[in-house]
Amino acid sequence: MNRERAAWGFVAPALVALTAFFFLPIVAALLLSFTDFDLYALADLGNLRFVGLDNYLTLLRTPLFWKALGNTVEFVALGVPLSIATSLGAALLINSKLARFKGLFRTVFFAPVVTTLVAVAVIWRYLFNTQYGLINWALGAVGLGPVDWLGDPHWAMPAIVLFAVWKNFGYNMIILLAGLQTIPDELYEAARIDGAGPLAQFRHVTLPALAPVMLVVSILTMAAYFQLFAEPYVMTQGGPVESTTSILYLMFVQGFQFWNLGFATAVAFVLFAILFVLTLVQLRVVRRWSDR
Amino acid sequence: MKRAWAIAVALLLGSCARGDGRVTLTVWAMGAEGAAIGQLIPAFEAANPGIRVEVEQLPFAEAHQKLLTGFAGDSLPDMAQLGNSWLPEFAALGALEPLDARVAATPGLDRADYFEGIRDSNVIGGRLYGVPWYVDTRLLFYRRDILARAGFDRPPTTWAEWRRQMVAIKKLVGPGRHAVLFPLNEYEPLEVLGLQQAEPMVTADGHGNFESAGFERALAFYLGTIRSGLAPAIANTEIANVWDQFDRGEFSFYITGPWQLGEFARRIPAARQDEWATAPMPGPDGPGASNAGGSSLVVFRKSGRKDAAWKLIEYLSRPAVELRFHRLTGDLPPRKSAWRAPELAGDPRARAFAEQLERVKPTPKVPEWEAIATMMRTVTEAAAHDAMPVAAVAAEIDRRADAILAKRRWMLGREARAASQSPSPFRRFAPPSLSRWEREGARSAQPSGKGEGDRLLAKESAS
Repeated sequence: MNRERAAWGFVAPALVALTAFFFLPIVAALLLSFTDFDLYALADLGNLRFVGLDNYLTLLRTPLFWKALGNTVEFVALGVPLSIATSLGAALLINSKLARFKGLFRTVFFAPVVTTLVAVAVIWRYLFNTQYGLINWALGAVGLGPVDWLGDPHWAMPAIVLFAVWKNFGYNMIILLAGLQTIPDELYEAARIDGAGPLAQFRHVTLPALAPVMLVVSILTMAAYFQLFAEPYVMTQGGPVESTTSILYLMFVQGFQFWNLGFATAVAFVLFAILFVLTLVQLRVVRRWSDR
Repeated sequence: MKRAWAIAVALLLGSCARGDGRVTLTVWAMGAEGAAIGQLIPAFEAANPGIRVEVEQLPFAEAHQKLLTGFAGDSLPDMAQLGNSWLPEFAALGALEPLDARVAATPGLDRADYFEGIRDSNVIGGRLYGVPWYVDTRLLFYRRDILARAGFDRPPTTWAEWRRQMVAIKKLVGPGRHAVLFPLNEYEPLEVLGLQQAEPMVTADGHGNFESAGFERALAFYLGTIRSGLAPAIANTEIANVWDQFDRGEFSFYITGPWQLGEFARRIPAARQDEWATAPMPGPDGPGASNAGGSSLVVFRKSGRKDAAWKLIEYLSRPAVELRFHRLTGDLPPRKSAWRAPELAGDPRARAFAEQLERVKPTPKVPEWEAIATMMRTVTEAAAHDAMPVAAVAAEIDRRADAILAKRRWMLGREARAASQSPSPFRRFAPPSLSRWEREGARSAQPSGKGEGDRLLAKESAS
């Protein structure tokens, strides 16, 4: 009894802080999403109306929301596999026994993660420039026509994906590299004795041993990529023709540009629900995996 | 002992600096103006020893959010620079102090000395909430040499003439180049064409009015110019260097504002400087209106130092100080008397602005205007890429504008209901009643002009 009380005493500060700075704001935000809090309500709370689920229903009827959801899913579907594959490739290269200057390459590949997003986004805008950009210049050298990267609605999102993958792959690379280093050499040795080539070793030793790390990395990356915001904010302002407007960007425009805070919190909760469901699915996959 | 003396002296000096009985006035200003205002302050402080001015400089991109957060958190300064288009919003919040009485009591501030449209943009619900500080409006920047080669010796004054010039220029410059640039990520060009119409874009009862004959005519002109290839269907983000591309003749007309005067002068090579000029906006039938932009100086309602704030506004509004400010920033002064200075009166490019400023109109004075204009841009950007009939585009803009204005209509309805009963003593701010401009606009509202724009488009493409 006494010990239990002591335990509560130790936990209490954390609980108080969590309640004050985490749970209460979430509950307040949830309540806010059931109101039409806007500029007029900011002037006088008498102008605030409780609208129930109206914000959510309006959201579902807003074409831009579905477009933003589609854009975000496109970004996640293209970006997450590409990002993890790039990270894995880089981790394998650095982990290779043949590699030299490992420390240097680890630093170089990790550098984009710690650079300022806005600054490198400006540089990438130059790289993507249709007429003078380095990327189109390189494409032109191999005979491919110029691509209007940030201006063509079909290419703007792939361009953002390329930039985001470059910016982020170093982070996952470090995690995967740590995973690779935990795989015992004996496993590879045994595989070699059984006559496995490099590809078979990768397929039957490296991948299964990395599976738990890969799942963690994919959960983290997916959650992060669903919250796409800064890249389109800096590079395209959501355009052209709304082709890079993500859910979070929509929330920003509604909440902080037009001050429709009720509606914007509804957007935030929809994004939260999507992420929650996706994470549950991924966790279930993990559980099934580890049960086998 | 020596040290103790030193501390005592320091404390004494410190307390002197603090307790000198001076009023500290806090001011928020933005961007280049925020940087330049600092140089005007010392002379003001010298003339008003009782006032110390503290300027906080905000980046333009964050200013709006910071002002709203400041209002919500009760941490607004005494006064600020506020964009004309933000005034309706902050007036609706009840954040601004009405300035009519102070203006009337200040002999140096002659109302008639201000350009009328600019002054009007500061009047909301019949009350004046800001004193114009600098003005901007959009008009034509054009290539004089290309226009001459196309066979015209002067810029257009009507849309029909403008269209003829653009067709001739397009024929002259050939494929890959265009006659005009309407960046698809800017709503201002279409906003200006819409302002030139007699009908308001938002009605007094809180409805979108984009299916009026006038707006459909503007929309038809705008979309027709893009769809016929006279303007490229591109956004500004696709333009690496607007000055360079203008200099190379990739387009010959560009609608922009006074902030580009300095840029064009700096970035176009000196040898080709006389190839570009400015001209007032052409209108549907004769010289047209443009938007009443720029920034005003406002006093916040909760400030405890309104008298000091007014002194600073009065000082900054003197024609001589406005001219000094113009020299520091290139911003155009809002008072006609300042425009008589030779540096402005003698510059033909600035004179086009003076002429345009006589014909400026405020954008609809509803807090939702920016959301509506952004939506309008989104719809027309998509329409620029397809062949949706103009009437259908206008109807779509109208439908979405009505959705954005739903809350305003509810407030107007409630206000009307409250007016028929006894007035409530608990109201914290004056209801957003309608401005003179809105009332007049409502009166001149025309019946719906469905199909008007499409007929015009068909006629134009047939000829």
